[in-house]
Amino acid sequence: MAQLNDTHIEVSNLSFWRGERKIFDDLSLTIPRGKITAIMGPSGTGKTTLLKLIGGQLTPDQGSIRVDGDNVHALSRRRLFELRAKMGMLFQSGALFTDMTVAENVAFPLRVHTDLPESVVRDLVLMKLNAVGLRGASELKPAELSGGMARRAALARAIALDPDFLMYDEPFAGQDPIAMGVLINLISRLNRALGHTSVIVSHDIQETLSIADYVYLISDGKVLAQGAPDQLNGSEDPRVEQFMKGRPDGPVPFHFPAPSFKDQLFGDSQ
Amino acid sequence: MIQFLQKLGAKTLNRVAAVGRAGQLLSQSLIAKPAPMMMLPLLIRQLYFIGVLSLVIIIVSGLFIGMVLGLQGYTILVDYGSEQAVGQMVALSLVRELAPVVTALLFAGRAGSAVTAEIGLMKATEQLACYEMIGVDPMRRIIAPRLWAGFISMPLLSMIFAIVGIWGGSLVAVDWLGIFSGSFWANMQASVSFSEDVLNGVIKSLVFGFVVIWIAVFQGNDCVPTSEGISQATTRTVVYSSLAILGLDFLLTAMMFGDF
Repeated sequence: MAQLNDTHIEVSNLSFWRGERKIFDDLSLTIPRGKITAIMGPSGTGKTTLLKLIGGQLTPDQGSIRVDGDNVHALSRRRLFELRAKMGMLFQSGALFTDMTVAENVAFPLRVHTDLPESVVRDLVLMKLNAVGLRGASELKPAELSGGMARRAALARAIALDPDFLMYDEPFAGQDPIAMGVLINLISRLNRALGHTSVIVSHDIQETLSIADYVYLISDGKVLAQGAPDQLNGSEDPRVEQFMKGRPDGPVPFHFPAPSFKDQLFGDSQ
Repeated sequence: MIQFLQKLGAKTLNRVAAVGRAGQLLSQSLIAKPAPMMMLPLLIRQLYFIGVLSLVIIIVSGLFIGMVLGLQGYTILVDYGSEQAVGQMVALSLVRELAPVVTALLFAGRAGSAVTAEIGLMKATEQLACYEMIGVDPMRRIIAPRLWAGFISMPLLSMIFAIVGIWGGSLVAVDWLGIFSGSFWANMQASVSFSEDVLNGVIKSLVFGFVVIWIAVFQGNDCVPTSEGISQATTRTVVYSSLAILGLDFLLTAMMFGDF
């Protein structure tokens, strides 16, 4: 059982700009080892960007991200790739390799990072695909799968190496209720049984809260609220309440920053 | 005026930065520690896609260009009674100029654009990012095999183009127009030198192949990952490659054959 106060990932004073837009402003958070941490927030708050920063695909303008004590962005290219072999990431689009079958996709990390004999690779692939309900689709190409199936196949690939740390980018989007239930169960079981550290970025509040141990709510580049799911559900902060209940009106803006609507409609046309 | 200068400055800076990124891509994909066991199957696959699948267009174009050369050469030379030199003319123009240049132009259109679009789509569908997150360097897995395949295929395609072209020329000049085949081939043999002509043609095609495939992989890797971005990158590959081929051809020809 993982210790409670053991930090796996530490994000300190992170600032990140995309062109003229500030995505993160002095953001700090910690992700405990062996727990499921959910990162939630309105769309456009840079949740996916945060995962890419943790994975070292983007470089922060300020601040640091430490995984197991190593500053991700100070590592050499070789060390960074070694670190990534211990991470699994489920991309929003699935990102299956289109020139390979589903089974080859799942086998890919195993073939690259291990010297396991082909028969063992095959068995492992079948086990992972069985876990996501796609054993029968192993010989299909990614183009033949639906969006939800592609994401489940990608999940099988992400867990192929049993990584220490898994990042899920919108795992529930586009899933039917049955697949959703299976995925929630799977993520939760993977975490409890193998002690993976999991980070889930999602909009599906109820599903995510049902398995998360800790939740960060991010808005405007900062941590708006954090705590156990119950704490957030019971929060009286109007911004937190608005998000958790999904209300259109409230202090959290629904609109992308824009000049006044009235001015644009009736003002001087430039 | 200030705005114009600002725009000019920004554009120049962007271009310089792009050249820098292209250099970085080249060094990362080529200097990175080679892994032959992983590289070989990938390279063979790319040789097939980039080289073998370009064969049809190269062979057909080579044949027709050789036939046209034979016909044009004959109609000009026959006025001076030196139609026996058609073989020499066809072979020299093909080996020195047309084979490397036309093959490279066709290669940019057929293989270069495909490579750019493929890598651009991989970027747009997050496949490149996914390779990185799995701990596999896309420079070695995706970029390097394509670079090598282009570099290897281009001179071979160019040689095939020249051979088929010469055969096309002989079809027209010897079999159709009735030039004595002995003088057609003998003149060719006497005038085409291996070290001067054939070797220089091969050097040209190596340079062109390298430039085209470098532009193609760079544009794919550097494109904006949207459908519009990919289409622009594909266009840029063909335009930049064609201009680079024609410009470099003049430079190389001046260096190889210019008497100064």
